[in-house]
Amino acid sequence: MKYEELLHRCFRCGYCKLTDDYDGFNCPPYMKYRFESFSPGGRLWLTRAWLSGDVETSERFQQILYACTLCANCVKHCIFPFNDDIVNMFIAAREAVVEAGTLPPAVRDYFKALQVHGNPYKEPAEKRGDWARGLSVPVYDGHDYLLYVGCVGSYDERGQKIARAVARVLNRAGVSFGILGREELCDGNEARAMGETWLFEDLAKKNMALFKARAVKKIVTLDPHAYNAFAKDYKKLGADGEVYHYTQILAEKIDALRPLLKACPATVAYHDPCYLGRHNGVYEAPRKLLAALPGVTLTEMDANRGNALCCGGGGGNFFTDILGGGKDSSARIRIAQAREAGADVLAVCCPQCAKMLDDAGKVEDPENRLEIVDVAELMVRCLKQDETP
Amino acid sequence: MDIYTSLCDITGSDYVSRRQEEQYIYSRDSGAQPPRRVDYVAMPGDAEEVQRILMLANREGIPVTPLGGGFTLSALVVPQKGGIVMDMKRMDRILEVNEISRYALIEAGVSQAALRAYLKKYHPRLQHSTPEAPPTVTVTGNAIIQGHGHLTPRYGLNSDMVNGMEVVLTTGEICKLGSAAVADFWYTRGPIPDLPGLFIGWFGTTGVVTKLSLKLYPRPQYRDVVVFSSDDIDAIPEVIFELTQLDLLEDFFLIAQEKPDWMNHIFYVVILSAHFEEELAMKKRIYREVAGKIRGGEAVKPVDDLHPALRTRFLDVPPKAAVAADFRKGGGFQYSAAILPFDKAPAAWRKGIEIAHAHGMVASYVHQVLTCHSIMFGFNYSFNRADKADIEAARQAVDESNRFTLAIGGMIWKGEAEAQKLVMERMDPNTARLIERIKKAMDPKGIMNPGNWEAPR
Repeated sequence: MKYEELLHRCFRCGYCKLTDDYDGFNCPPYMKYRFESFSPGGRLWLTRAWLSGDVETSERFQQILYACTLCANCVKHCIFPFNDDIVNMFIAAREAVVEAGTLPPAVRDYFKALQVHGNPYKEPAEKRGDWARGLSVPVYDGHDYLLYVGCVGSYDERGQKIARAVARVLNRAGVSFGILGREELCDGNEARAMGETWLFEDLAKKNMALFKARAVKKIVTLDPHAYNAFAKDYKKLGADGEVYHYTQILAEKIDALRPLLKACPATVAYHDPCYLGRHNGVYEAPRKLLAALPGVTLTEMDANRGNALCCGGGGGNFFTDILGGGKDSSARIRIAQAREAGADVLAVCCPQCAKMLDDAGKVEDPENRLEIVDVAELMVRCLKQDETP
Repeated sequence: MDIYTSLCDITGSDYVSRRQEEQYIYSRDSGAQPPRRVDYVAMPGDAEEVQRILMLANREGIPVTPLGGGFTLSALVVPQKGGIVMDMKRMDRILEVNEISRYALIEAGVSQAALRAYLKKYHPRLQHSTPEAPPTVTVTGNAIIQGHGHLTPRYGLNSDMVNGMEVVLTTGEICKLGSAAVADFWYTRGPIPDLPGLFIGWFGTTGVVTKLSLKLYPRPQYRDVVVFSSDDIDAIPEVIFELTQLDLLEDFFLIAQEKPDWMNHIFYVVILSAHFEEELAMKKRIYREVAGKIRGGEAVKPVDDLHPALRTRFLDVPPKAAVAADFRKGGGFQYSAAILPFDKAPAAWRKGIEIAHAHGMVASYVHQVLTCHSIMFGFNYSFNRADKADIEAARQAVDESNRFTLAIGGMIWKGEAEAQKLVMERMDPNTARLIERIKKAMDPKGIMNPGNWEAPR
């Protein structure tokens, strides 16, 4: 197993479970299950035990391995010099499980759907661009940017709404962009996260060839998960070109957008998606956009930026739900944190976070005191007259 | 109903495990002790669930080992005779902070991190004594193993800061100890018989602590560190004596390590705190003056060019001492914690280096001065968890340190099973029998963390 030589160096001191200032536990599986086996250190020790044969493959071991959201809180807060590789160790352990053929059924089903249908929703490729129906969104043809939407934005109802909002705001900002529509392929980020590195590499190579054939120089992504794959993992495979999350592009255009905005009063807390924040250090662009919206008062949850609590959807859990819900799920705790911060809107910029938090809000906030809104959706609300169809 | 089903009935099945994964993790800690069998892990959510688990265990004769953070490094909360590990960390509510009378009432699973964050947010003028351990360890666990913290040099051991407790006896009674036994307030331990003493230092052999009332202290706004260095091992007792005569310091520890070379000295680290800048400046000036007069100014030198990273490390509460576990890139660390009178420190200093070298290790020390009377002298041994010989070397080094400590009249703090045997062998027989009688009275069936504090046969 890759990184096997590092596993024993974990001391299980537990800094990895906390935030910078030790304000609270911040590791989704540990917060939900509370057994030490579900902490990052427990997972590393068990992986080592599994490799040495002291622990056998079991449903529980799979659960411990795959309930992790790869949110990188451990990477950020571990005090040891190997901290940068903790998530890599978890992925390597999943690779070993994939190689051994002992996958949890939900993970197996995800891979199967991806291999057979090209997306986890088992939908035909022809429908990939359906989200853009009725909008002025051209197929990419030498535009400044390729808008890469991804599987969730393409097929999930909530994701489609966010994709439409992003397209509208990009249009109003005068950004030249196009999409691949039916030709778009899965970015493979979750395949890699769940240990199917070979499938990920296959998708990456196909995507890279497609981008090259279309002479794509700049990609703007809807989804931080895709952003992570393109900005980090594709680069390791030789990809070139510039990659941006949509909030970064819009933040650059904020001065052009300002005259188009009207007041939409709200107290807004921003939830940092792990793949945008901790994994890639993008914290300020979304906040810059929110701060520019007239009438919006920004408030911060105690756990913000590098200390943000994951929504629970990372590491493939959005699709597999191995982490699971319940009162101790991080999504529900995040809703409570936003309420505690005095927010009436919880802004996200990730379709996976949006859906996870939406679902949690139905239970944690049945009176709908807190609205979950993507930054782009909030911007659309604040646009004066949207003449773009 | 079998044991597992009974436990599930008490806590809910989400919080009970007999799976190999939990058995594996709870059967060992981060120190060098070998793993030991665990049959069940149960996580009670309140005192009533603790009560029901103890009544079940007592009825069935199953050992119970209560666990807090599980970070003693000497496997104190790894069962010696199997049975149930009772992980207390779900009981994590901070129940009350009485700001005026300066105490906090907490459940047993509250971590150092949680109490620290809570006080910082809601009672920023107060603090509790935080141990050098990682912030995930529990406040209660540290207090009842006679731990010490960053306020110990000023106010005493963390166990001395206990105002009272709620405990569950093996027979199921829930008792309040301290003032809460008489009144609705948890502000003092006496003046009634000192029953918390029946649960402090006993390593869970007398019952389960479910709530703790802990003293809080003023949190001065200003803190700084003054550091002195020396190579004179024999001067250590005198330097400690003189610096503790002043009664003005917050924390005081000695640190040294052989590598890198610039760290290979005795560093006296004095943490000062104050409510006013002038007060802090005065304290710093006074300590420099006093230190400069010890042995005619020959004993120590002030360190004026302290590296910023070291300043941070010294002032951090808690300090990130766990980094020592990576000294050998092996994730392992254990120390023999000797409680010594000051005058025994030079002999221990030399012996610790000798033991470390004999086992192929680089010597490193962190010793905290405990009030004005004794020092916690840490014989520190990092090891490589992936190397069986290295683990064994660390165990031997710890054992040799323990034996040396006892030979020079020291005490062993939170000693592993073998260390406890050494202590009990040396103990006055009447005292050992008294311990045995108390344990028998508290735990007639011997179910509570058995194997600890057993009188020699």
